[in-house]
Amino acid sequence: MNPELQGRVFEPTAPYLVGREKIREFARAVFATSPLNHDPVAAIAAGYSDIVAPPTFPVVIQESTLAQLLAEPDAGIDFTRVVHGDQRFTYTRPIVAGDELTAVLSVASIKSLGGHSMVTAESIITDASGAHVVTAISTLVVRGDE
Amino acid sequence: MTDLNLDKGQIVAETTFSITRDSLVRYAGASGDFNPIHYRDDVATSVGLPGVLAHGMLTMGFAIQPVVDWIGDSGKVLDYQVRFTRPVLVDAVVGASVTVVARVGSVEDDVARIDLTVTYGEQTVLGKAQARVSLS
Repeated sequence: MNPELQGRVFEPTAPYLVGREKIREFARAVFATSPLNHDPVAAIAAGYSDIVAPPTFPVVIQESTLAQLLAEPDAGIDFTRVVHGDQRFTYTRPIVAGDELTAVLSVASIKSLGGHSMVTAESIITDASGAHVVTAISTLVVRGDE
Repeated sequence: MTDLNLDKGQIVAETTFSITRDSLVRYAGASGDFNPIHYRDDVATSVGLPGVLAHGMLTMGFAIQPVVDWIGDSGKVLDYQVRFTRPVLVDAVVGASVTVVARVGSVEDDVARIDLTVTYGEQTVLGKAQARVSLS
């Protein structure tokens, strides 16, 4: 893959409006049974404006930034050879229903290791006011020719 | 309720999850990750895999839930990271059973680092699986 991608910063993604039913759907899929993830009354009683998304929900937003990376014409990334190496989320606050989120992707590093390439992509996710919500950091391993 | 008298190594939560092919289809729809290696045996074997695998992000997603249930609020998770070290094969008939054990790694001020041991069969499937959670 193209080493010149390192340091590249992409255009912000289109705003993503977080729906209450989407959070419930995601919560069911990851076996999240906390009332805060499902019940607005419980979430409001805990001090939130609406139901709270499970910790890995930002992956839904991250998907759109990684799609930008894979679609970059000069990236040279073969999607069928991509394996997820590691993932990290660092939160300022949890995502709640009603949030309108935008992500900005940057390529933090590109490394080569034994014929494979490793790309670390950082997606900074902010709300409609521009305040930081969560940063999602993903390392993708692109397997080399065998 | 959280107990502020936490000892390093103390187990705070332990849960076993039963994953089926239905779980994978549900997660694909919820997350938008429709890579067919997570629901089609023919595609999985054609790329050299032993069979259909769980999404790594599904495993990461449920592995934190015992911790969330222990602290009572997913908003208290300040940081969460994992490394995907081994795949979880999900058999079409019997599914897969994945066990999560959450232990106290360290405590500093009002923040605990919780270390997760996530096993499928006899092997761990996540490496450096850690969450920092607020105890306040």
